[in-house]
Parts: sequence; structure tokens; C-alpha cells
Amino acid sequence: MSDSPIAVEPHGPELHGPELHGPELRHHFADVEQQRDAASLGMWLFLATEIMFFGGMFCAYLVYRYWHFHEFAAGSRSLDIYLGTINTAVLICSSLTVALGVRAAQMGKQKLLVVYLLLTLVFGLAFLGIKGKEWYDKYKEHHIPGASFNADDIVKEYPQIPINQQSEQTYFSLYFAMTGLHALHMVIGVGLFSVIAYLAMKGRYNSHYYTPVENAGLYWHFVDIVWIYLFPLLYLIDRKPLK
Amino acid sequence: MSERILSSKLYIGIWATLMCLTVITAAVSFIDLGPFNTVVALVIATVKASLVILFFMHVKYTHERMTKVVIVAAFFFLLLLLALSMADYTTRFLA
Repeated sequence: MSDSPIAVEPHGPELHGPELHGPELRHHFADVEQQRDAASLGMWLFLATEIMFFGGMFCAYLVYRYWHFHEFAAGSRSLDIYLGTINTAVLICSSLTVALGVRAAQMGKQKLLVVYLLLTLVFGLAFLGIKGKEWYDKYKEHHIPGASFNADDIVKEYPQIPINQQSEQTYFSLYFAMTGLHALHMVIGVGLFSVIAYLAMKGRYNSHYYTPVENAGLYWHFVDIVWIYLFPLLYLIDRKPLK
Repeated sequence: MSERILSSKLYIGIWATLMCLTVITAAVSFIDLGPFNTVVALVIATVKASLVILFFMHVKYTHERMTKVVIVAAFFFLLLLLALSMADYTTRFLA
């Protein structure tokens, strides 16, 4: 029906109701297909605003990295690349379970859907746990910007790199702002998926109606994409051997 | 976008590709490619993001053109923000 978006002839309430098309179809849509396309378009509009939201931070990052490249390179070296890589892998796994979960919903396999939703929650929480460990390490090293910030250890470790401690704080400010905003999105995603997993357990979704699963999935994939860029930009600025 | 159910083999294939690219991008960062380290890292990230958008987010299979317009517009305006800002900041102190 998507080629005739406004579709149907004018008609009264006698042609509507659960008997004719199931309770999931809203009155103003021609069919379930059109309703789903509209929901997904709305979700993408929201994600477009999210792209601009994160875009401001990426822009600030670019400008300061251009101005203080040495400090950004040294700060990047001080991050734990192994935990960063593992976290990237964890998020990619969670994206797979989301995609397979939406597929299970499309096929009406309700139990499988619940399994994939719970797996997604496990991966999401694992990501937040590893991120928390990394932040705690930075706290212990006095790398959190503020009164107790101290990058003497980085200066000592990389004598070849000219480091200004003020600019080093700029790197860590952006590091915490960007990973923090991303982690906030992860926390919201985990909350979202908890509700959807609960509703899926109660049998709320079937092959005709799974819009919340699909749209929450789009959100989760978006948050994954943000991390796909944050990982090289924060962890891999300059890892090559120093001369 | 939903009448088409993709095979789970395709999803697992995309997942495996994403995992390989993650290991590659981390490993390559230790090799000295001069100025190309950043380029390689960003190209790999963009390939990964495209795979997620096209397959996991089903954009390759959507027949709703408006959705594609929204996505292209979003990235266009992001590019505008980044490109024009950098055109300013990288040329400020030339004189």
C-alpha cells in the first residue's frame, strides 16, 4: 500500500475496529505497513536531532584536537586500549542481539524475542561496567579535570611529547563529556529495553505489532554507531611507536 | 521495511565483519602510517557505521524514501557543521 500513502476511500466507523484489522492498527493508517513506515520515519527524525546533538561535541573535539594535538595524542595513549576494544566488541554483540531480536519479533517468535532482549541487556550492562572501571582508573590516576587534576605521570611517561597540563585537561574534559553523554544514552537504552523485555514477556508483541521493539532497536544501533566513532577518535589518536 | 525478513546468516555475517574491522583498526593504530593513521581509522569507522545503518537498521531494504531523505539530510548538516567550523578554525591565524 505504500505507493498510495493516503489510500483509502472515506469511510465510517463501521468499517473499523478490532474485528476487521486487529487492535494494533490505528484508525488513520491505511494498513499496518504504512503505520510501521510512519513510526520508523518518526524515529529517524528523532535520531537526526541526536546526530546534531552529538555533532556539537564532535565539532568541539575536532577544534581542540587541531589546537592541542600533542596533548590529545598523549591523553589518548593513557587510555586502556584493550578495555576500549573489548567494549567496542561488546557493543557490536549487543547490536547483533538487537537485530536478531527484531527478526524474532517479525516472525512472531515471542520466547526467542525475550531471550535476545535479555542478552542485549546483559551486553549493555557489561559495557557500562567496563566503562565504569575505566573511569575509576582515571579517577585513581587524577586524570579527572578539576582541582585535583594531575598529568605529571603522562608527562613523565612520554618525555618526547611536549605537554601543557592545561590543554591535557581539555582532552580529558572532552573524553569525560563524550563518553559520559554516550553512557547516559546507554543507561536510557538499558531502561528502554528493560521495559520492552517485560512487555515482551507478557506477550505484548507479535508479527503484526512490534513497533516499539523496532524503534528501540534503531535507538540502540544509533548509540552503537556513536561509539564506533568515539573509539578511534578517543583511543586511537596516536598509538604508533615514539621515536 | 518489515515485510522483508532478513536471514540470520546475513546478520551474523555483518557481525563477524564488524568484529574483524574492530580488531584491525586497533591493530593498525600501532603501525606508523604517518598522517594516514587517522584516515585509516576514520575510513574503517565509517565502513562499520554504514554496515550497521544499512543492514542492522534495515535502511537498505526500506521502501519509504522519506526515511532515506531524513538520514542523508542529517549527515549533510553534520558535515556542514564540521566542515565550515574547521574551515574557520584552521585558517584563523594564517595571516
